[in-house]
Amino acid sequence: MGMTMTQKILAAHAGLPSVKAGQLISADLDIVLGNDITTPVAINEFEKAGFDSVYDKSRINIVLDHFVPNKDIKAAQQSKQCRQFACKYQIENFYDVGEMGIEHALLPEKGIVTAGDCIIGADSHTCTYGAVGAFSTGVGSTDMAAGMATGKCWFKVPAAIKFVLTGSLPKGVSGKDVILHIIGMIGVDGALYKSMEFAGPGVAALSMDDRLTICNMAIEAGGKNGIFPVDDVTRAYLDGRSQREYKVYEADEDAEYTEIYEIDLSSLVPTVSYPHLPENTHPVTDAGDIAIDQVVIGSCTNGRISDMEAAYEILKGKHVKKGLRVIIIPGTMAVYKECLTRGYTEAFIDAGCVVSTPTCGPCLGGYMGILAAGERCVSTTNRNFVGRMGHVTSEVYLASPAVAAASALTGYISDPREVL
Amino acid sequence: MNAKGFVHKYPDNVDTDVIIPARYLNTPDAKELAAHCMEDIDPDFTKKVRPGDIIVGGFNFGCGSSREHAPLAIKTAGVSCVIAKTFARIFYRNSINIGLPILECEAASDGIEAGDEVEVNFDTGVITNLTKNETYQAEPFPEFIQNIIRSGGLMKSLKEGSHE
Repeated sequence: MGMTMTQKILAAHAGLPSVKAGQLISADLDIVLGNDITTPVAINEFEKAGFDSVYDKSRINIVLDHFVPNKDIKAAQQSKQCRQFACKYQIENFYDVGEMGIEHALLPEKGIVTAGDCIIGADSHTCTYGAVGAFSTGVGSTDMAAGMATGKCWFKVPAAIKFVLTGSLPKGVSGKDVILHIIGMIGVDGALYKSMEFAGPGVAALSMDDRLTICNMAIEAGGKNGIFPVDDVTRAYLDGRSQREYKVYEADEDAEYTEIYEIDLSSLVPTVSYPHLPENTHPVTDAGDIAIDQVVIGSCTNGRISDMEAAYEILKGKHVKKGLRVIIIPGTMAVYKECLTRGYTEAFIDAGCVVSTPTCGPCLGGYMGILAAGERCVSTTNRNFVGRMGHVTSEVYLASPAVAAASALTGYISDPREVL
Repeated sequence: MNAKGFVHKYPDNVDTDVIIPARYLNTPDAKELAAHCMEDIDPDFTKKVRPGDIIVGGFNFGCGSSREHAPLAIKTAGVSCVIAKTFARIFYRNSINIGLPILECEAASDGIEAGDEVEVNFDTGVITNLTKNETYQAEPFPEFIQNIIRSGGLMKSLKEGSHE
């Protein structure tokens, strides 16, 4: 029996000729990641267990992104603890205010994660890096602590679902719509414990930013990881960027999949997830007149330059609906700077938006855009659970940057194809 | 190893945001986290919960964020075991890694009601509903995972060398 792409990467990192679904293995890690919320818990576990060295200071990444610049005294203490740990163990990839970005926008951009890697991160959206052909999955703080100490992690080898993509995306439809469509189709536990492997002729037509967005939300279908094959788009992205030599793995012809879905990208439409689960998807055309109070464009899902561009194309020269708060958050300092260079920032401000430095803030109801009782937000983020962005009676509608920007102009959930 | 307590019952897809909302994630302190456990789904939980109590959920319990603060808050609140039809995978491994016993059992999730008194045998996977006089069979953990739980979590098992 052949192996899936994920299984091949795991077998290679476990030093085994082959692995099969359900097998428990211990695998070598190329990258270990944590943020300002999960790292303090990991540091406490690391120290409590009596470890006094890390396995490789060049492979550990600590990114302060959730509550920075520090939102309150307690958050400041957590950042301080991360900073002191990074200094003590000379962690090379420690990113603080001024050079940080939202972790899953930052690590691919800097070429820290690359094809063929085996990666864990104490953040559920670590699955993003499957876009560059890596096995990458979210874990908890204790896994991060063990990973920092030993360079290893235990895994149950996942079975896989194959998504065969054909066609190409129509105008106004993006990677966000692809993944929301898939989550709507298979449900929030449709890929539970499994890898989501993307394949087919439609892959070539998807940009790296689209692939990053698609893999980012694999966790919202319960997936262990999402992964794209390495092709010309991947090579063009990694060449000159990847900090290490990369390795290409391909699924075997006779690899086993528990389910195979075929998706014609050209048939997809702008899609919105209604409260309070990402699987509650509807075509934007069915939205009717859902009035909103706030729009958030950014996050690890949609904070990259192409997302900013999609918002700019709709907002330039116009003004957002009176009474609406529109918060735009470029994902990294490089994206932030590029928005300035390209004139996006000025256009956003002229349109009545506020532009923040990188932060996860509003996505998880941390700060920078908390919702009051009964308020509604259209957001390019990844979760719309009860109370996710603020009060338990507030509502989050998940959508693409184009839908969010179009909705910012009208004050209700709107179809970007009508304004493009 | 056994657990015994009264049941707090929840529906499918209980996410980690309602188990411990992000507004409280500005501290790693387990006691502070436990004081807000289940706040956005069951505001009275911390007043009702007694040491040894058991949480029973449906499908996909613990979905969403990777925050280990979620199982940590549940464990520190005094809960001895979580039973669900399925668990989201990060919550599943976090629970094992911090030594919070969890069991997957559809029949138990269907049969047990809020307030029932339930006893769990982790070695055999037998769940006994003392209130209704019913038993349900959960799949016991593989030995590899039992060793981690027996050691009191992943870090202790690494130090003991029982992990490999």
